[in-house]
Amino acid sequence: MINISEVSETNMMIEKENLDVRTITMGISLLDCIDTDLARLKKNIYEKIYESAKDLVKTGNDISGEYGIPIVNKRISVTPISLVGASACHYTSDYVEIARILDKAARDVGVNFLGGYSALVSKGMTPSDKLLIESIPDALACTELVCSSVNVGSTRTGIDMDAVRLMGRIVRRTAEKTADRDSLGCAKLVVFCNAPDDNPFMAGAFHGVTEADRILNIGVSGPGVVKKALESVHGSSFEVLCETVKKTAFKVTRVGQLVAREASERLHVPFGIIDLSLAPTPAIGDSVADILCEMGLEHAGAPGTTAALALLNDQVKKGGVMASSYVGGLSGAFIPVSEDQGMIDAVTAGALTLEKLEAMTCVCSVGLDMIAVPGRTSAATISGIIADEMAIGMINGKTTAVRLIPVIGKDVGDTVEFGGLLGHAPVMPVNPFSCEEFITRKGRIPAPIHSFKN
Amino acid sequence: MERAIITVVGKDTIGIIAGVCNYLADNRINILDISQTIVSGYFNMMMIVDITTLEKPFGVLSDELAALGQEKIGVQIKIQKEEIFNLMHRI
Repeated sequence: MINISEVSETNMMIEKENLDVRTITMGISLLDCIDTDLARLKKNIYEKIYESAKDLVKTGNDISGEYGIPIVNKRISVTPISLVGASACHYTSDYVEIARILDKAARDVGVNFLGGYSALVSKGMTPSDKLLIESIPDALACTELVCSSVNVGSTRTGIDMDAVRLMGRIVRRTAEKTADRDSLGCAKLVVFCNAPDDNPFMAGAFHGVTEADRILNIGVSGPGVVKKALESVHGSSFEVLCETVKKTAFKVTRVGQLVAREASERLHVPFGIIDLSLAPTPAIGDSVADILCEMGLEHAGAPGTTAALALLNDQVKKGGVMASSYVGGLSGAFIPVSEDQGMIDAVTAGALTLEKLEAMTCVCSVGLDMIAVPGRTSAATISGIIADEMAIGMINGKTTAVRLIPVIGKDVGDTVEFGGLLGHAPVMPVNPFSCEEFITRKGRIPAPIHSFKN
Repeated sequence: MERAIITVVGKDTIGIIAGVCNYLADNRINILDISQTIVSGYFNMMMIVDITTLEKPFGVLSDELAALGQEKIGVQIKIQKEEIFNLMHRI
């Protein structure tokens, strides 16, 4: 039978070390909503989302109360809207109308984000993909809860550089349209390579076309718990270090598994995957950078950071796959800057640069995330940064992403405040040399060869 | 059998166990196991209880226990279904 020390360990994790289930995300297919008439399409979309997710928030809160585990976010992901709107939308404003109805549906069911205002264009863009992408700045400026993502490359298809060039402009335009709110729109826009169909985390969640009609994906978290566990193994060998991370990841994932099973039963929606990600928040003690420091680095970004992060990422997965049979999504350690107090401190101390962050993305899940850059950064430079990150994903067969925020009117030395889970960030310097000519080239970067791995 | 874990944490005082046990008896909840320690004046108790015959919704029970702890005894009382601990600490 359970004993008192096990009970206090669990409750200590929850109360003191920020253990929580980060999100229950309901994936909803909107393919059966498709109509050639925009008004009917909007009605179908609203009804499907409302009917599917009306009990999501209440169920999440009930489970949270019964097991004493906080479930921080309840969210929705939908089929990429460029597919759903293809036959009804003829102007960018038509897509913006869909964004508005998604925002309304999300608000009415009480979720805190809805993802899937997306296009998958890793090899080429259809006219509707292009229209959707062009509509992103307006859509994100006039909605609050809608998140957008564009997949511009994959290991199988290469990188669509036309989409990369376009996205540089779109990121800038989104920043300009939301300049009055510190370019907040860009915090809800991700550019992906190898985007997973079942990611529960925002802003990149969408419900892939390979998924069932409705599905529940769960994102666990707990950087604080891992850090606390590592405090007891100072000076120990790497074997002990790895073992400690693994055991902690197991425990954290088991909580996610419990919530997933309960939510699936109560909502009558099949369980999809658990995303084993260490997702930081701006709260003190809920930081991935702090784990790296606990391993023995003065600051995230110091030499050894990439190795420490690689170790962490791998051990989290090893512990997590033992705890749940269905692991998916992004799974690994997230390294957003603005959402992680340890990362912010590292940037402020001058320990962490954009280039080091890029190196770190080679060994962890996702990529350059929530990084504020000067507002004068050109569209071509943003495209260049996106292209670099996409190349890392394509060559290494992993998911990578870029969520950059060119903060209009701000420069290196300034700080931006996004509020809530999105946190705050110092504006980071960007390499000032031009890549204009490279980015102006048309076409695609071909898919990589899968042999001769050097 | 459906079981839950009650944890009581707070400054030690007279009548903590009595207060909790009376409430449980009034609500027809059977106690299966109790362990309790006092660390530097702080009371720490864990109870395993059977909630199979519970008549009110679990959420109400949880709220009433929390209120009992806060308003009448001056301790923090929490009830959680047992499974979260089993899953975390047993393979």
